[in-house]
Amino acid sequence: MTSILFRRVQPNIIGTLLRKNVEQIRSLSSIPNTAEKISESHKYHVTVVPGDGVGPELMLCVREVFNAVGAPIEFDELLASELMPGRSSSLADIVASFKRNRVGMKGILTTPAISEGGDLMSLNMKIRRALDLYANVVRIKTVPGLKLRHQNIDFIVIREQTEGEYSALEHESVHGVVESLKITTYENSRRIAKFAFDFATKFNRKKITAVHKANIMKLGDGLFLESCREVATLYPNIKLETMIVDNTCMQLVSKPQQFDVLVAPNLYGNIVSNLAAGLVGGAGMVPGESYSTDVAIFEPGARHPFLTGAGRNIANPTAMLLCGVNLLQYLHLDGMAQKIENAIATVIKQQKIKTRDIGGYATQQDFLRSVLQQLEY
Amino acid sequence: VIRCKSSPVVPTRHSDIDILVIRENTEGEYSSLEHESVPGVVESLKGEISSGKYELNFMLFTLFSVITRAKSLKIARFAFEIAKHADRKKVTAVHKANIMKLSDGLFIECCREIAAEYPDIKFDTMIVDNTCMQLVNRPTQFDVMVMPNLYGNIVSNVCAGLVGGSGFVAGSNYGDHFAVFEQGTRNTGLGIAGRNIANPSGILFAAANMLKYLGLDQHCSAIKNAVLNTIQEHKIKTPDIGGTSTTTQFVECVLNEIIKLTPSIGFNYEMQKATHAFRFKDID
Repeated sequence: MTSILFRRVQPNIIGTLLRKNVEQIRSLSSIPNTAEKISESHKYHVTVVPGDGVGPELMLCVREVFNAVGAPIEFDELLASELMPGRSSSLADIVASFKRNRVGMKGILTTPAISEGGDLMSLNMKIRRALDLYANVVRIKTVPGLKLRHQNIDFIVIREQTEGEYSALEHESVHGVVESLKITTYENSRRIAKFAFDFATKFNRKKITAVHKANIMKLGDGLFLESCREVATLYPNIKLETMIVDNTCMQLVSKPQQFDVLVAPNLYGNIVSNLAAGLVGGAGMVPGESYSTDVAIFEPGARHPFLTGAGRNIANPTAMLLCGVNLLQYLHLDGMAQKIENAIATVIKQQKIKTRDIGGYATQQDFLRSVLQQLEY
Repeated sequence: VIRCKSSPVVPTRHSDIDILVIRENTEGEYSSLEHESVPGVVESLKGEISSGKYELNFMLFTLFSVITRAKSLKIARFAFEIAKHADRKKVTAVHKANIMKLSDGLFIECCREIAAEYPDIKFDTMIVDNTCMQLVNRPTQFDVMVMPNLYGNIVSNVCAGLVGGSGFVAGSNYGDHFAVFEQGTRNTGLGIAGRNIANPSGILFAAANMLKYLGLDQHCSAIKNAVLNTIQEHKIKTPDIGGTSTTTQFVECVLNEIIKLTPSIGFNYEMQKATHAFRFKDID
């Protein structure tokens, strides 16, 4: 049994900055600098992975809407699926395509219960690790026209995406006893904290709530909290508060209006973002984004592939269409993005065409037709 | 075990919720096996963490989350026994086995094994993030929920929030030899300490459950009915459920109600021995 050294090293910000070179400092900054990196050719190439379940049909909806507004987007489509490993593109191809194009749209990839080769890490996690997509952003906003139990919700959930409980390091040491490792590192905690504060600054948010369970996981989540507090000193205009994850969930259910920006490690972020998505209408309504320093990928915020709805023309395309809107905004095609967003908002506000998950009877194609109709005005 | 039942007297956004949340209490992520890794350990883990851009003097913490077969079988057995005795129709196991394939996979396997012995009770599984979304949209679909430690913490807090908050829900902890009764959501309420505005219903319900466990059924129902009458008839509510009364006013009213409800029993201050061993149908 190796002896464990307990040394508390006080992180020294100045020392850290001096130790790292300029390249690494830039890599710690959050929002990638898009102006120099997007190519100047007329058509923007966007990598698209349709995903499983209703993903492919939703991507078709996005394509139709983009054609209707005349967006200069060229889709490089790649099939990836853990359900059909024979037909799926290899991880190397997918990663190369995303790295080349630097933006992408992704449907939801299902993680089957048993994977080929007994691999513990899912395809999603492999893509995220390979591209270093460390931040996931889900914007939660109530949309007028839906019958919801809470109104006036407007917050953002920022979730660390590469480490934590999703490290896929599990083993059975003794028969009947399984251990799973949760990894927390200073680098990643600081990186996501900085991302959160930069994001909040960019979008004029006033308060960040760090979600943790440091009363139980004293070292791991304690490290996360310390990193958040350290970064908070650099941003005097933004208030940092901390909240334990179980209290956060209860507050989200009773008084969600109090939240502005939430930053969380991997598992809590997953749970909190799904809970928040449920508050504003479910998985069909909420778009999400994943960022690394070079690549931005737009995918639905609540990651449910809706396998049982595939091919039945019932899925709600709003989430994927809003991902498309965010993609256009990211590429600085704001006019088109605004048009599509207004069209969707109008259709939902009129409350005549609603898909099943938000309480109506319309089909997916009905919704799409009415959005296209709005775009013609 | 936390029973979340929406009562018509507390204003909530959902009605007809009656969920029993059963949470494993001793292992899982709360195993307290945490340590800061020294450079040697980091090197050996580096081979498995594919990122590889770590320096030697950064801070890395690992947490062991332990799931054992024996305890998973035990909690599953407990859940199904309660479901059977309380005439519940469905047990939902909450997990994240798509990510933690081995540990939550083991938990699910144990639940399925036990489920096979109870053919009348429906068993299904749901991933924890989907569960939270469903709880917010359609909580009436859940009946009994069983899960490991961390998800249990989160889900029980969500359910408590749905039925009125942490002041209103009682929790019970059962072991082979002991039982401990407490509030359902384990918030200490430091911010409202000493201000006489805390809601005592949760702890009063917990105390009533304890009396029932000891075999004093009538005392239990006296206390519970007294609290419900206080809120319903006399409309004395503490601030967290939308009223303006203080804790002392609430408790005074409860005491008056108890006196009204129990002239026939009378107060018997002798400590009574448990009249029977723990019965599964006494869970409330």
